[in-house]
Amino acid sequence: MTLNRRRFLGTSAVAVTLGAPMLKAQATPRVVVVGGGAGGATAARQIAQDSEGAIDVTLIEPSRTYYTCFFSNLYIGGFRDMNSIAHDYATLAAEYGINVVHDWATGVDRDAKVVALAGGASVPYDRLILSPGIDFVEGSVPGWDLSAQTRMPHAYKAGTQTALLKAQVEAMPQGGTFVMVAPPNPYRCPPGPYERVSMVAHVLKATNPTAKIIIADPKPGFSKQALFEEGWQKHYSGMIERIGPDFGGENTSVNAADMSVGIDGEVIRADAVNVIPAQKAGLICAAAGLTDGDWAPVVPATMQSRMDENIHILGDATQQGDMPKSGFSANSQAKVAAMAIRGALTGSRVFPARFSNTCWSLIDTNDGVKVGATYEATEEKIAKVAGFVSDTGEAPELRAATYEESIGWYAGITADMFG
Amino acid sequence: MRRLVLAALLAWAPLPGARADQVAVPLGDAEAGAEIFRQCRACHHVGEGAQNRIGPHLNGLFGRPAAGLPDFDYSDSMERAGADGLVWDLEHLHAYIENPRSLVSQTRMVFPGIADATQRSDFLAFLRRYSDDPANIPEAAPTALAVEIVLPPEVLGLEGDAEYGAYLAAECLTCHQADGGNDGIPSITGWPDEDFVVAMHAYRQKLRPHPLMQMMAARLSDEEIAALAAYFGDL
Ligand SMILES: Cc1cc2nc3c(=O)[nH]c(=O)nc-3n(C[C@H](O)[C@H](O)[C@H](O)COP(=O)(O)OP(=O)(O)OC[C@H]3O[C@@H](n4cnc5c(N)ncnc54)[C@H](O)[C@@H]3O)c2cc1C
Repeated sequence: MTLNRRRFLGTSAVAVTLGAPMLKAQATPRVVVVGGGAGGATAARQIAQDSEGAIDVTLIEPSRTYYTCFFSNLYIGGFRDMNSIAHDYATLAAEYGINVVHDWATGVDRDAKVVALAGGASVPYDRLILSPGIDFVEGSVPGWDLSAQTRMPHAYKAGTQTALLKAQVEAMPQGGTFVMVAPPNPYRCPPGPYERVSMVAHVLKATNPTAKIIIADPKPGFSKQALFEEGWQKHYSGMIERIGPDFGGENTSVNAADMSVGIDGEVIRADAVNVIPAQKAGLICAAAGLTDGDWAPVVPATMQSRMDENIHILGDATQQGDMPKSGFSANSQAKVAAMAIRGALTGSRVFPARFSNTCWSLIDTNDGVKVGATYEATEEKIAKVAGFVSDTGEAPELRAATYEESIGWYAGITADMFG
Repeated sequence: MRRLVLAALLAWAPLPGARADQVAVPLGDAEAGAEIFRQCRACHHVGEGAQNRIGPHLNGLFGRPAAGLPDFDYSDSMERAGADGLVWDLEHLHAYIENPRSLVSQTRMVFPGIADATQRSDFLAFLRRYSDDPANIPEAAPTALAVEIVLPPEVLGLEGDAEYGAYLAAECLTCHQADGGNDGIPSITGWPDEDFVVAMHAYRQKLRPHPLMQMMAARLSDEEIAALAAYFGDL
């Protein structure tokens, strides 16, 4: 790729060019990507790399630093530092010629095919990709709203929230109580809350062994349940109690002012509370009129919105069928969308869509487990066709190798996203 | 019995009308299956709030061990099957529904079975709706069957098609790094084509032990393995 105008401009000056008349605007098709996370960064990079300048790619993302939610639990457990889960967009701008615009998308004019930005600019597109992740459903945990998030963090978007939760766990008094309010289905990263409990327990076992962990859970079961419960018994015996729906776990409210949690009428005083509310597609999806209920339905073979063929939606925000909401899934969906978009805009070859996902979780030092599956497109949905999951009772060597593998995966997927 | 299960496996393979952009098909026609289920309702309930009746409720059936509900009084035969490790996956449900006594000799289920494979598929597609959703519990049972991918002729040909390989490789590059870095996950760039092909076939045949790689290789055709070898060989 030649050193082009965009490389010279870098990330900051691009906003200026947006207002100006576009050179060659007719000739070069434009793809605009909203959200520079697992789905959006992957898609932007794939399209820029494979189209070799034949497509103009703009990435709109408010943050200059993206903290991955994946491995943010390991940060809480003390296995990673915050720097190691931080990524920026410099390489995407400099080496892939992507116009990186640090701003919020506030709306989409689908007839004019223009994205409006909070800073006032509007960005025209031939194809638009939305990968905005999740937002929270208001009122899903009575007593909690975003104003309570400093006292009772969700830590379900990584960064300051994660640091806050870690600090609160570490500040708990001896013998204190940690409560997690777990989310109802569907939500990002099905094993995420339970990996988090494992990591909190890992910290408490070392520094505060008489502390207690309570999970208020509205779901009858959860991902890798047998593996987590075996691990909790083995490493953190007696520390973790899960209150499922048969014991009122779905009837939970909180009071951030006095740090209490009500579970089926019983009030518990807590020293640290992690509220993970119910979730929905990132707000821009509803603002663009692309949601049905809480999520944005898509066509499996191309990830096009069911409501607008010029818009592709990726990752957590979508309603696509069987894939769990994970970074791996978003990355996999981004590749299918990138191929479809290049095919439509430049006539490049298009192959049948294929998807995959694997989620690793860490239960304690060198005790890693995983669950994975392959998926394919049917007309109706992305459907699971095969899968595997770690076994209970595996040898410690295998569990250590699984953890090692997750470190490799992290290096791989972040290189795949950010170049 | 093994032969019978195999026969059942083959019987649900017809998969008509698969399209090029559609590489999996639903387990069956769940609406048709709902009709078939009518004859079961006297003994079995399924759906929200379903309770055990003469037979156990059928919520969460896929992936449940035989005799797996703690509060239901099963036949000794069913208890034994559960203790022997029988789990209700698609394959075993097909065999059981075809002829209950083939799998559990003294089962109390008084039902002659459904001989027609399509009807069984429809029936099981209906029941599958009431078990875990893989979107929420990724390890839950599959909800579709893979179809052999039919590719246009120019894609085929064992001389690896590097362009197709580049698309397929995107899937590998979520974990294996393009620059050959290998922390925790091995590098796969710059191998001689032959070594690459042999390794992938060994995973596909489940000779190499890694379950994730077995799963990934399982859906690669010979041509696709060749395409990947060509792509990664040049990287
Ligand atoms: C604790 C935890 C652990 C996890 N562990 C794993 C794991 O081990 N493996 C795994 O695969 N997944 C894991 N996940 C899930 C994973 O983080 C998400 O599924 C993934 O990030 C989804 O990608 P996405 O592109 O949909 O959204 P995101 O990665 O969240 O990216 C969305 C981006 O869009 C931006 N954005 C939102 N709205 C706008 C707007 N209006 N304008 C411009 N930009 C906008 C946001 O700033 C954000 O950067 C974990 C999640 C959590 C919370």
